This record gives sequence, C-alpha cells and structure tokens, in this order.
Amino acid sequence: MNIYVIMKRTFDTEEKIQIENGNIVEDGAEFIINPYDEYAIEEAIQLRDEHGGEVTLVTVGEDEAEKQIRTGLAMGADKAVLIEDEDVEDGDPYSTERILGAYFAGKDVDIILAGNVAVDGGSGQVGPRLAERLGINHVTSVVDISIEDGKATIEKDVEGDQEFIEIPVPLLITAQQGLNDPRYPSLPGIMKAKKKPLEEMDLDDLDLEEEEAEGKTKIVSRYLPPEKEAGRILEGEVDEQVAELVSVLKNEAKVI
Amino acid sequence: MTTENKTLRGSSFLLETATPEDIFTPEDFTDEHEMIAKTTEDFVKEKVVPEIEYIEQHEFDRSVRLMKQAGELGLLGADVPEEYGGIGLDKISSTLITEKFALGGSFSLTHGAHVGIGTLPIVYFGTEEQKKQYLPDLATGEKIAAYALTEPSSGSDALGAKATAKLNDAGTHYILNGEKQWITNAGFADVFVVYAKVDGEQFSAFIVERGHEGVSVGPEEKKMGIKGSSTRTLLLQDAKVPQENVLGEIGKGHVIAFNILNLGRFKLGVGCIGGAKRAIELSAKYANERKQFKTPIAQFTIIQKKLAEMAAKTYAMESTIYRTAGSIEEAFGSLSEDEQKDGKAVGKAIAEYAVECSLNKFFGSEVLDFVVDEAVQIHGGYGFMTEYEVENMYRNSRINRIFEGTNEVNRMLVPATIMRKAMKGELPLLEKANGLQEELMMMMPEEVGDETLEQEKYLLQNAKKIFLMIAGTAAQKYGEDLQKEQEMLANVADLVNEVFNIESMILRTEKAMQKNGEEKEHQKLLMTQIYSQEAFNHIESIARESLVTLEDGDNLRTMLSILKKLTRHTPLDLIQKKRELAEKIIKEEKYVL
Repeated sequence: MNIYVIMKRTFDTEEKIQIENGNIVEDGAEFIINPYDEYAIEEAIQLRDEHGGEVTLVTVGEDEAEKQIRTGLAMGADKAVLIEDEDVEDGDPYSTERILGAYFAGKDVDIILAGNVAVDGGSGQVGPRLAERLGINHVTSVVDISIEDGKATIEKDVEGDQEFIEIPVPLLITAQQGLNDPRYPSLPGIMKAKKKPLEEMDLDDLDLEEEEAEGKTKIVSRYLPPEKEAGRILEGEVDEQVAELVSVLKNEAKVI
Repeated sequence: MTTENKTLRGSSFLLETATPEDIFTPEDFTDEHEMIAKTTEDFVKEKVVPEIEYIEQHEFDRSVRLMKQAGELGLLGADVPEEYGGIGLDKISSTLITEKFALGGSFSLTHGAHVGIGTLPIVYFGTEEQKKQYLPDLATGEKIAAYALTEPSSGSDALGAKATAKLNDAGTHYILNGEKQWITNAGFADVFVVYAKVDGEQFSAFIVERGHEGVSVGPEEKKMGIKGSSTRTLLLQDAKVPQENVLGEIGKGHVIAFNILNLGRFKLGVGCIGGAKRAIELSAKYANERKQFKTPIAQFTIIQKKLAEMAAKTYAMESTIYRTAGSIEEAFGSLSEDEQKDGKAVGKAIAEYAVECSLNKFFGSEVLDFVVDEAVQIHGGYGFMTEYEVENMYRNSRINRIFEGTNEVNRMLVPATIMRKAMKGELPLLEKANGLQEELMMMMPEEVGDETLEQEKYLLQNAKKIFLMIAGTAAQKYGEDLQKEQEMLANVADLVNEVFNIESMILRTEKAMQKNGEEKEHQKLLMTQIYSQEAFNHIESIARESLVTLEDGDNLRTMLSILKKLTRHTPLDLIQKKRELAEKIIKEEKYVL
C-alpha cells in the first residue's frame, strides 16, 4: 500500500505560551510532532506492517521541522518529504492544503492519514480540504480502522458516540485520540532514521506560485485566555443556594 | 564528536588554557542526541513515574517489567557494542540517557546499577565468550546485573575485602565464600560482578549467577531514601562459580574495580544533573502557585535568590560533567578496535580522567543536595509532606554523597592522583609551580577591561595561580607526608574543583555566544558570572585558610600579600544579577538556558 501521513511540527503541549507584540514567543520553546499526527504515524506503520508497502511522511513547514520528521522516521516511517513554505504570506490551513494538493497531484495514493487537529492552530481543516481537492473520500476523528480487499472498516468518534463506516480506498482519515498508543522512537530506530531518505522541496518544485498559496485568512489579534479564577462554593440551605446561584448567573456572569 | 579537537589530557585544565572548541558542551548535541534524550524522558515520565509509588513499596516485579520495556527501546544497550546485542552508541548518548533516567527517582538506581557498574565490567574486561554469553541478555533487559564490591567491614578500603575464592580440586570451579553488602538490584538481579580474593590474597573479579549453587540474598534493607531500589546482602556460601567466569586476570581485580568506580562516579554526577533540573522546575512552579500576603512567593526576591543559585550551580555541574563526557568519549574514540577489547587499554583511557570523575561525583552530589534542600525550603511546610515530590527527592539525594566512594575519599583522591601524574611526568605541575614563584613576587595587579566574560577569565587565570601556589607550597612543606594532611588535601581538591567549574562554564558560554549571539545566551552569561564570582570568593577563603597553616612569620605575610594581589578585583552585584537570572526561570517554570 502507498501510505502517506501529513504531519506538522507544533509547540510542545507542556510549553507555557507567551505572547509579545501580538506574536507567540518561540525562543527557547520545545517543539514536538503534533500529538494527533503521532497517532496517524503509528497507525500508518501498523497498516504497512500488516499490508506491506511504504509509509511516506509529508510536512509543510520550515527547515526546523526536520527534527520532528526524523522522529517520525525513527518511529518506523520509510521516507519523508519536507516542503518549505517560508515565502508564503499569511500561511493558513488553505495555504498548507494548497501546497499539499500540488504535491499529491498525480500521486498513486491508497491512504493518507492526518491528525484530527493540530494543537497549535486547531483548525482541523487541512485533511478534509485535501481529500476534497484530490476527489477522494475522507473520514475524520477515527478511533479504529482496518482495511481488507480495498475496503476500510472505520469507527469514528462522534462527540462521544460511535459511528461505524465502511468505505473504499483511496481514502483520507484523520486520527483521534484513542486510535492507538504511539510507540517511542527506539534507539536503533533513531540511528536508522539518520539514513532514511528525506526529500526537501519548495514551491518551485511543485510548479506553484507563492500567490496561489497565499492565505485566505488574516490574524487580527492574539491574546491568551483569561486566567482561571478560583471556584466558589455556595453555602446555606438549598433554597438559599438556588437563589444565590440565580443572582450570580444574572448579575455577575450575565448569562440569564 | 568532531575529531579535530586537540585531545586535552586529564587534569591538564589546571595548567593549560583551553578554547571553546577544545571541550564538549551540551551546545554540541546532535539531533540524534536530542531524540535519544526525548525518548528516554518520555519513557520515564509516562511509564516509570506512574509506577514509582508501587516500586517504593517494593513491588519489584514492576521494576523488572520496566527494565524489559527499557531494553526493548534500546535504553539498556547504549554502552554495549552491536556485535553483542547492544547499540554501541557514543558516551554522550549514554550520558543523556542516565541524566533523563534521574526523573524516575529511585528507579534510576535500578537502571544505573544495571547499565553502569553491573554491565560495564563485562563490556570492558570480559572475554569474547563471556561477552557473548552475558551481554545480549543484559542489553535487552532479559537479565539484570548487579555489582558486589562492598562488604560489612570494607567500603572505601575495597582491597580489604574478606570474601575468598578457591579453585576446587578438579580445577573446574572457584568456591566463593563471603558476604557482600548493600548490593543494588540484589532482589532480582540475575548476574553479579563479585570481588573476592583467590586463596585469600589475590583480589579478583568473578561473574556470578543467581542460580549458581551456594548463592543467596538477604532481606531488603530499610533505607532513608531510594526506597524503590532493591538493596540486599549477597551471601556466598561455598558458591560454585565456573572457572571460566573469572573476569579479567586473577589478582588484577583492582584494575576493574577502580576503573569501573571511575565511570560509576562520573555517571553518578550525571544523574545529579537530571535531579537538580527537576527540583528547580518543581520549585519554580510551586513558587508561582503559592501565595502568601496575596503575592505569589516567586515575587519575593529572597525566593528568587534561591532559584538563581540553584540554577547557577546546576549550570556549573552540567558544564563540567558534559565536558568530562566529551573527554571520555574522545579517549574511547581514539582507541583502535583491538584496544577497545583490551582491558588494559580501556583501563588506561578511563584512568586518564580519574580526577574529573571524582570532581563530577563530589561536586554533582553536593550541588544536588543543595538544590533539593532549597527546593524543600521553597515549598515550606508542604515540602516536608510526603505527598510532595521534593520530600522524596530530598531523601533520595543524600546517598549520593556517600556511595561510589564518599565525597571525602573522592576529595583525597584528587590531589593524590594529580601528584602521581606530576611525578610520572604526565603533568608539568612542578615546573609550572617553580616558574610561578618568581612571577608572583614581581606581579602587579592587572587592569581588567569590561569585555564580556573578561573579568571571569581574569579570575580564572588567577584561580589557577592560587591553586599552584597552595598545592606547590603544601607539596614543598610536607613532601610525602602530604597524604596525611587530609584537610589540606581537601582544600586542594576544592581549589581544583572550582577551577574546573569556572573554566568549563566560561568556555561553554563563549561557545554558545559564538553560535547564537550574546543576547540569546543571556541566562548562560548570568549563570557564569554569578557562579564564577562566588567560586572565586570560595577560592580566596580556602587559600587564606591553607596559607595560615602552611606558613608563618614573614613568609606568611608575603604569601598573604601575594594572595591579596591575586584576588584584587571589583566584585559583581550578585543580588542584582540573581534577580535578573531568576526572572526567566519563574516565567518559564524550569531550569532554562
């Protein structure tokens, strides 16, 4: 099978986000593979081990993403492609998808796996948009998948409920937490990853003009969520508590 | 590592001037190093930490299972060559693994004893057959190793061991008798490296299996800390060990024991780095959360001072220990394939850096003790409560100043080893000391410019002179009897240590600034400035104490005035610098560079 994973380098989820002059401070921050993409990589490796074929990782991003790509290769992917997008203005999910679309055009694909969302931007759009452009089916938020005779049997998480789907390949899925337990890159895997092929490309190689990939959205401002305040426990008899709660909801929270 | 570095000999930092390119620093980590560190950290945080509570209750089947999982990831095979089932990585990789395992609290002892003193004797001193028989299982965690040197009546005096070995009449087995005490991993280890005297005289090492007839273990010891490591007595009662299990040569057990101890000391220091970083992280988080007088205590400058001191000392230890890791890697790397299989050549390579290993051990363990002590203090009453991680860290830390040779023994070893190197002509100590005398008499205080790190370099240069002055005077006065003057030896060891710290920090910070510019490396610069200033104050006070003992009358007055000249400088505003350093630690809630 020709298995592809589209993955992204993101902020470490343990990192404290700081904003200076409207931008997120990246200095000294740790970066990781987007955790949902890790599920996708793990699933891709398992599918390959079962059905044969190759796992190719594809990243749109900057040079620095090489480290995360190598990590994916160390987990067991076979090869990787890094498409540089630094010349693209106002990059957004549209831009990423447009670039990926150009890359996948004419490629013989059985399945593309992506993360459900990226923990930084959180749009969850790149996967479905890409499937649409390629004219293949997609299923988001997948927690289980098996493939037989060109048909995938999928369990999809629907806000806590499950939906079972049978669907032919080629196909794009996005991985939800619970799909699997991603392996750690082993030390032998890390040493092997150094020698695995990593192809670097830019927009020219894809015959894509920068303007074509220019973002469709603009960031107006960035701010941190308000700090969480301590909770409050209402006291007194039930009646008094109810009265107080209504008053708080009306006057302080102003929700009723 | 790059090979074009000129190899600096062990202890040569005392006499020579090194450049940033000469030493290894964490700034030289490759992507692979960082990935290995990340795999280890993730494994320890996600798999080990949730089990610690149970392991501390002596549920050791969990330890054994975790060791197997670690083995599957390759975390036990870094120092084992590929041909024996390991991965054969460089020493920087195995150093990083050890550092990250420290996050696993007392479980790190199980890992450390296995990959270090348990496995390494076979890696470096085993025969081809012994390596083939034991290493593949040790590298995967199928079997677990332990090291049995200490006895009830012999600790640091290792050669005073009472355990005996006698070849049986058939010549097939050695019969071992004796008692080995405080053996880490004894509860579940399969393979023990055991020292005993053949015919009561020739100190030798043996590979003893748990299943050998006559081998048993005592009950678990009750300890102050590291409760999650198994510690028991190993009992040898007419234990039957095949004669082919002699490790190294009969009567040459000390070569193995002392060299493995050197590496053990180095690795102990490495573990202290991981522990100290964790304690800083916990302390900074807590200080931001905990409010008194409606203010997070992190806003109080006395708390900031503590965090800054914890970080600066940690940076010092990290700089010196990774420098040593680089030296050891280079020493190993320069051995040919045949030499790497030859115990003597390996022993020589390790012994070259014996001084550095001792420094790493005593300095690392003392920094960690300082850091966890302040961590408990920042936590206030909560730090005294078992629910808080720092309480456990505080108890676990204490043993580090004791095992692998007490810090006192390691201090004695430093000047003794340096003097021996000097006598052998490996270190031109005496020549330099003689040349210094004249220079000191003529010396005029220098003007120090205000270039970045210029003052620190000036202090370093003078610190080296002070070391030479004290060590030279002491050697002259006492001659051979210097070895009985233990307080003076300890003073010299402390001077050596501070010189090593200051120089390693300066070189590392210089390297970082050359790479990323001064602005981005502000934390490193601050830590170097703070630590160098305090270390220099320490050096001055040691030197004064030593001189008063070594000299009297006019001589003393002359020497004191020389010392005064050597220590003349405008001190930094440490209070201000520490506040500045703490700012980012509090913001990012971790040891941040």
